[in-house]
Amino acid sequence: MVPDNLDEAVNKSNSVPDLEVKPQDLYHANSFITRWIFCQDAKVIGIQYSLTAIAIGLVAMVLSWMMRLQLGFPETFSFLGPAEYYQFVTMHGMIMVIYLLTALFLGGFGNFLIPLMVGARDMVFPYVNMISFWIYFLAVLILVASFFVPGGPTGAGWTLYPPQAITQGTPGSGWGIVLMLISLSVFVVGFTMGGLNYVITILQARTRGMTLMRMPLTVWGIFTATVLALFAFPALIVSCIMMTLDSLLGTSFFMPTMVELGEKLEYGGGSPILFQHLFWFFGHPEVYIVALPAFGIVSDLISVHARKNIFGYRMMVWAIVFIGALSFIVWAHHMYVSGMNPWFGFFFATTTLIIAVPTAIKVYNWVLTLWRGNIRLTLPMLFALAFIVTFVNGGITGLFLGNVIVDVPLSDTYFVVAHFHMVMGIAPVLVVFGAIYHWFPLITGRYLHEGMGQFHFWVSFLGSYAIYFPMHYLGFIGVPRRYYEMYNSEFIPTSAEGLNQFITIAALTVGFAQIVFLYNIIVSSKFGKLAGKNPWQACSLEWQTPDVPPGHGNFGKELPVVYRWAYDFSVPGAKEDFIPQNVAPNEVPEAKAEQT
Amino acid sequence: MEESSSTEPITIPPHIKGNKGVAADWSSDQKAFKGVPWGKAMMWIFLVSDTFVFSIFLISYMTVRKSTKVEWPNASEVFALHVGHVSVPLLLIAIMTFILITSSGTMAMAVKYGYEKKRIPCAILILITAIFGASFVGMQAFEWTKLIQEGVRPWDNPFGAPQFGAVFFMVTGFHGTHVTIGVIFLFIMARKVWRGDFDTGRRGFFTSQKSDYEAIEIMGLYWHFVDLVWVFIFAFFYLW
Repeated sequence: MVPDNLDEAVNKSNSVPDLEVKPQDLYHANSFITRWIFCQDAKVIGIQYSLTAIAIGLVAMVLSWMMRLQLGFPETFSFLGPAEYYQFVTMHGMIMVIYLLTALFLGGFGNFLIPLMVGARDMVFPYVNMISFWIYFLAVLILVASFFVPGGPTGAGWTLYPPQAITQGTPGSGWGIVLMLISLSVFVVGFTMGGLNYVITILQARTRGMTLMRMPLTVWGIFTATVLALFAFPALIVSCIMMTLDSLLGTSFFMPTMVELGEKLEYGGGSPILFQHLFWFFGHPEVYIVALPAFGIVSDLISVHARKNIFGYRMMVWAIVFIGALSFIVWAHHMYVSGMNPWFGFFFATTTLIIAVPTAIKVYNWVLTLWRGNIRLTLPMLFALAFIVTFVNGGITGLFLGNVIVDVPLSDTYFVVAHFHMVMGIAPVLVVFGAIYHWFPLITGRYLHEGMGQFHFWVSFLGSYAIYFPMHYLGFIGVPRRYYEMYNSEFIPTSAEGLNQFITIAALTVGFAQIVFLYNIIVSSKFGKLAGKNPWQACSLEWQTPDVPPGHGNFGKELPVVYRWAYDFSVPGAKEDFIPQNVAPNEVPEAKAEQT
Repeated sequence: MEESSSTEPITIPPHIKGNKGVAADWSSDQKAFKGVPWGKAMMWIFLVSDTFVFSIFLISYMTVRKSTKVEWPNASEVFALHVGHVSVPLLLIAIMTFILITSSGTMAMAVKYGYEKKRIPCAILILITAIFGASFVGMQAFEWTKLIQEGVRPWDNPFGAPQFGAVFFMVTGFHGTHVTIGVIFLFIMARKVWRGDFDTGRRGFFTSQKSDYEAIEIMGLYWHFVDLVWVFIFAFFYLW
């Protein structure tokens, strides 16, 4: 129970609470290098993170085109052999999950939005924040370097399962895998520095009146995801260290006794299953590290563009926290076919299916927010709506795969590919696009071009359905994933051939739309329509800054004082259909809604 | 300066006891941990994350110890020192553990003197802590040298399961790295305290931020954590 006096001090009255956070002593850059390169302003760091992530993401996109060309038109292209195919699969997966989505949501959106949304001048330790980006950059460089070493990048699959990851025959089993593991370790170190900053900024540096339950859901999503990352990445870095030792020093943490090319290897006595446990103890929370910020951001997009408060705010917050907590006890559902005690399978299937409950709450609340809202079909709104559709689609196939009995026949087929691309590929990426269309006017002061945006949206949304919907069918007829070529196999019907060609054409079309999007970003940042202040008429603090784009220190002379939650849209009696968070109750006496 | 124009005094709200207090703090504005400085909160969260790192190391150690078919070496024989003609089990480890735990005590005293703003005793105690830490690392180097001379390698050893050497070097090496980083920062901290940086508000070389005697407590948190981890490593490696 919250004591009454606190309720009065913070919630009901116009009085300003006492100041508890000391004014931040900001670093004032006075040269080009300290202002734009080794910059300590979280907004610039966020943009640096985003641009780096998008750049490496483009590499992953090109890799996926190559894979699709091979799958759709086998024996047509000579530049892609089986080894390259495996390498491209691996690098595409790893880049998309870690170096693009994690870095973009937490490093990019987190850095840009957290201080602005909670009313802080900057992250609590800007110097550490700056180092965090450069370590991430180093990790990306190491990753890119693995394309140019003898043997090329690793082709072990993005899960890097030993023993095959470091034994001969797997592409890149020498240099490639070691660089991959080092790059991941470096990434974890860099992320930890940034992640601690995000968590402490949210917990300890909010502005006056900003209670945790008044924060926009974007901040809640990023916060919970960061906490997950801080507890899940240790499993990744430790398994990377151990596999590096296995590879370089010949230890046998993960390596059983085995025979290779008729010869007994030096290894013996290790446990490959241990790696799978460690990897998925990281890997499953990783899914939610990507999904939770998307959940948060999409809630804000829907609420702002439907001019309606988010339905069930508290439930939304608790659902995020509950999903985050559950994500640590479901990891072995990725390992049903690795062999395990049936009781474990039962346990992990149960916890997995329980996650459907808070997730469904979120979906219902998004839909109920739309219900009788004053929906503006702006580009961010279109992407948010598309997210709901693709997410429900991917989530429902998750129920199939969460059940042991259904998972076993579907495991390692294209059904799995379709599922995880739908739920943690397409859905979060659509939110990324929506978020970029939404916050671009804040970052640059200009809108993105509407026509190109509409083209980008419809091609991306319908195109990604064209890519992944048929893959469910391919999975049902038993087409295995990760195969370089499969038409000589008798168990695959010829209908798969035409379908694969269709998917490839769709994939290339969607890829073309992304080029248009990039062109739009570059051109609009210079020549786009001027947006002015608070163009979407949002309530949250990032739009209430005195300057647009916000300057160093975010809020000018005085930090804002918060009197309400971030969702006071269409309040009965109020003159305008939104009341920003920093408007005091006595400034809008006509608004009749209860203060939250 | 434009950004820090606010002249209002900082207040720490009255503390409410028990669960109600926790609920009140978390439902309040500005800070969830009332009166806790940023650096200290950040160190605590980092230590929770680092706890996961060491837990996973130890769990992996237990797993490979079970998965290997070769017998695990007998710790009290492998880690014995010969004093004269008597083999004393765990002698070096006992001394190392004793020194590291003692250094926790001197660290705690340094924190106390820091908050009392007694500059000289504080600096001396930090220096003593650092020297204890350095001697711990030195003895660990001696132990590694001895084992390497006896033929223990990460990939093989004459006493039993090859995983013994692998896990031993990896986990004690990782802990030793933590201690070494701590020692470096302790020396830097001792110099800062000795010079009076926390009294004069001198800005950090890299961060250009002012610091406070709180920094000693934050350093202390890290140091105690490293000690605590050693207790677990000691129990799982040398006593099991």
